[in-house]
Amino acid sequence: MMTKFLSRNRHTVQRLGFIAITMVVIVTIIPIIGTIVFILVKGGSAISLEFLSGFPHDGMRAGGILPAIIGTLYLTLGTAVFSVPLGIAAAIYLSEYAKDNQVTRLIRLAIINLAGIPSVVYGLFGLGLFVLFLKFGTSILAASLTLSIMTLPVIISTAEEALRAVPQSFRTVSISLGATRWQTISRIILKEALPGILTGVILGLERAAGETAPILFTGAAFFLPRLPHSVFDATMALPYHLFVISTQVPEMPIQIQYGTALVLLVFVLTMNVIATVIRSRARARRQW
Amino acid sequence: MVDKIIIENLSLQYSDGTESLRNVSMGIRQNAVTVLFGPAGGGKSTLLRCLNRLNDLTEVKASSGRILIDGENILDPKTDVIALRRKVGMVFARPVPLPMSIRENIIYGLELAGEKRKSKLDEAVERSLKLSAVWDEVKDRLNDPAVALSGGQQQRVCLARVLALQPEIILLDEPTSGLDPISTGKVEGALLELKKEFTVILVPHSVQQAARTADHAAFFLTGELIEYGDGKTLFTNPKQKKTEDYIMGRFG
Repeated sequence: MMTKFLSRNRHTVQRLGFIAITMVVIVTIIPIIGTIVFILVKGGSAISLEFLSGFPHDGMRAGGILPAIIGTLYLTLGTAVFSVPLGIAAAIYLSEYAKDNQVTRLIRLAIINLAGIPSVVYGLFGLGLFVLFLKFGTSILAASLTLSIMTLPVIISTAEEALRAVPQSFRTVSISLGATRWQTISRIILKEALPGILTGVILGLERAAGETAPILFTGAAFFLPRLPHSVFDATMALPYHLFVISTQVPEMPIQIQYGTALVLLVFVLTMNVIATVIRSRARARRQW
Repeated sequence: MVDKIIIENLSLQYSDGTESLRNVSMGIRQNAVTVLFGPAGGGKSTLLRCLNRLNDLTEVKASSGRILIDGENILDPKTDVIALRRKVGMVFARPVPLPMSIRENIIYGLELAGEKRKSKLDEAVERSLKLSAVWDEVKDRLNDPAVALSGGQQQRVCLARVLALQPEIILLDEPTSGLDPISTGKVEGALLELKKEFTVILVPHSVQQAARTADHAAFFLTGELIEYGDGKTLFTNPKQKKTEDYIMGRFG
């Protein structure tokens, strides 16, 4: 009788546990779905060919957001150019070459702390180093470099993790067959870690694409009547444009604000989906 | 018969202070199977990993002594370790197919060595897979991922991968520890063929396997070489009490 009571009790506890966990999941998902649906409903009507391919006019209260879309593309690409090679190189060094000593521990500590710095601080740092000291001016170059520094810790740590996940035995076997360390890395380790690295890269760049503060002082323009011509030009960008039209322009039509938010959201979510697809495809194909 | 390898006063200690070798000296015969056996932690694998300098990858605290292969001290820092590892191949306890096709696995080392001619590579694939007694089982699916094979087939492909480099010495570190008796029989059968061409050094996964395969046998206990001699004699009539106790199964 005692065991029967206990087992019934256990079932009740288990069921309650399931209910509690399901509730938590729902509570977590609601704000995400809510935000997306809200922006979709409010901004969907603003989306049109003219909105996506035109310049803003009437003090940005009408027209399109093309310069901001192109600008964000440029900034994301610019960030990739600097942060991807540098980040992967650093991850390879940390995972494959660095010995576990004081220096590497210091490097790791710096990377972790770099990831925790508020983005506006990166903005100020970029202003001081790239805009003023290196005299790049308020430009795509300066903004991309600033975003790169902000993105690097994400790329380095996810890439290092992806490299470390490749079984040690592959390295041992490859070396035992007369491969150098670099041949082992370039022929086997990088190939196997690539999906993980790509995921980290995309997630890092996605964050860069959505940031306002780091480009605020380094490359973002309030309004430009033309597209940027060189990396030394300033540029409009989606997140900053959204900030501007939401706070700096009186009598702004609300659907343009939400339309802009929607475009930014789609931009970032698309990158996210690409990362997820790469990851799941690679997992299915993986041979270890 | 000549000694292909001469080990002189080899001692080694890892950074974490574990398994080490204590003043080991022995000669290893050409074209024979030399078996290194004994309980775990005896230094057998360490010795194997010294012979192809794979211990370079591990944190070693201190080492001394010499290993002469064809008269050259391979522990000399000036040794070309890449060339050494092509000459001294190694098969590991668990088969580790690289994440590529069977064919790519076999030609991996050759391509790194600069061989690009397809005819040479194809020839090496067939020759080495035949030598390791797995050709008939895989010849129709050379472009399949090597990992899709059974454990026993994988291990023979790994052996073939070593053979493709035409080494002179083959080190096998418990190559059949994860295999069923039939696969084990095939690998052991391949070894008997191999010793005609190569110098084979085997760490067996059991005393029985040691007795079955050994032309020469060396018994290691806690980093020391206790007894070394002709295989048949050592297993039927050991001179040292410790060797006898281990062979009889009184410890280990």
